[in-house]
Amino acid sequence: MIWDWAAFLHYLHSPYLLTGAAVSLALSIGAMLIGLVFGVGAAMMRMSHRRWVRAPASAYVWLFRGTPVLVQLIIIYTGLPQLGIQLGVIPSALLGLGINEGAYLAEIIRSGISAVPKGQFEAARAIGMTWPKTMRIVVMPQALRIIIPPLGNAFNGLMKTSSLASVISMEELLRRTELLVQVQFKVLEIFIVAALYYLFLTTVWGFIQARLEAYASRSVSPIANVTVPADAT
Amino acid sequence: MPPETGAVVEARGIHKRFGATHVLKGVDLSVGKGEVVVIIGPSGGGKSTFLRTLNYLDQPDSGEVWINGAAMGAAEAGSGRAKLSDAGLSRQRRQVGMVFQQFNLFSHMTALENVMSGPVHVLKTPKDAALADARRLMALVGLADKEASYPGQLSGGQQQRVAIARALAMHPSVMLFDEPTSSLDPEMVGEVLQVMLDLSQRGMTMVIVTHEIQFARKAADRILFMEDGRIIEEGRPQELMDSPRNERTKQFLNLVAEGS
Repeated sequence: MIWDWAAFLHYLHSPYLLTGAAVSLALSIGAMLIGLVFGVGAAMMRMSHRRWVRAPASAYVWLFRGTPVLVQLIIIYTGLPQLGIQLGVIPSALLGLGINEGAYLAEIIRSGISAVPKGQFEAARAIGMTWPKTMRIVVMPQALRIIIPPLGNAFNGLMKTSSLASVISMEELLRRTELLVQVQFKVLEIFIVAALYYLFLTTVWGFIQARLEAYASRSVSPIANVTVPADAT
Repeated sequence: MPPETGAVVEARGIHKRFGATHVLKGVDLSVGKGEVVVIIGPSGGGKSTFLRTLNYLDQPDSGEVWINGAAMGAAEAGSGRAKLSDAGLSRQRRQVGMVFQQFNLFSHMTALENVMSGPVHVLKTPKDAALADARRLMALVGLADKEASYPGQLSGGQQQRVAIARALAMHPSVMLFDEPTSSLDPEMVGEVLQVMLDLSQRGMTMVIVTHEIQFARKAADRILFMEDGRIIEEGRPQELMDSPRNERTKQFLNLVAEGS
């Protein structure tokens, strides 16, 4: 027996694996949202001129970017109970992936905001916008078109990284694939099906991302890059 | 003490340092209603910084600014007062329109949206009223046909005229112009200066930093010559330009005359 087409086609529409894929997708979306909350927060904090505001955010980014997400997941799920912090499988997976993602998103968001020219902030302040309004109405929409491509790539990565949650026995696509293989022994066929599901998810996302990028940059036709040295004083 | 001069803009003893550089060394200015004051002088003399302290984009290290008799950045008039919050300062800035050298139009908004942005987001003007006023202002600066264009689709001169309309939309008591034509191609300078001249004839109170000496002669009620962080000389255009008393003013005017 080399390759079992019948088995392959059978598992291709197995409700068991399809549900696993749906869980993977849901886990990725949830972790992304958590990551965005942490990422925006950390990015704002790191742009503060107060050191005691910047420092915790920098520590967070340093810590979570400097250690493997797999280790973080295991610590949250199997390590924390030792301190009396018991989190279920789903909260552990969401939190572990989300907080890790936030550390990467913080850098993306910060670079997007700092790419908005200083003059845009000043013009907003000059017509009487408060700081939050300046960010919301002038800066963020412009930062977004810089941020969306890397943000989309981050989500693509996250959909694949979510498979790590299988290690803490979260029943997402990879975990279900492994469980199925243990009973059915069609190793290659079943894993290829799983791979195709991941491929499907990332491909569909690729299309959505392209639309989002087009939407966000709809106002950037030929931007006049004025590069006249400003009178410094 | 708040001055009882009735001036729209009153600045006293403005000092500003950037690190070790002492940029403003005690500048005073009083601008009456409808008056057009033009500040000239060599680059690096502190003209733009001074203008920016008037609406607190750069906060002075010492000295005070009053707009319509209210002290900028101060919670209440009089001495020993607390600093004003971000919201309070933003509220004060509504009265002061500013036009920048680099236009600084919001690049994700159309020309019309730029002009409406202040009224809609800051003043909470109803949308239709803001729209009508923005249309009127776009026509005033001669760009009624460019309402739907994004800044990137407009020439420098057009962008600057939209920027003037955006500032006017707040119905400020004074307009500050920070070298409004310095980053424009020569053929676009005229259209922007014309709009400013129209404004001055409509009685707008204006403080203008510029290198356009001929414009200053035409539009200004008063010209200040500023160098090395101080106002060296001031006077009516004819006096100051035709018979400057100060040697530095003379040199500067000669230099500018050669250049043009």
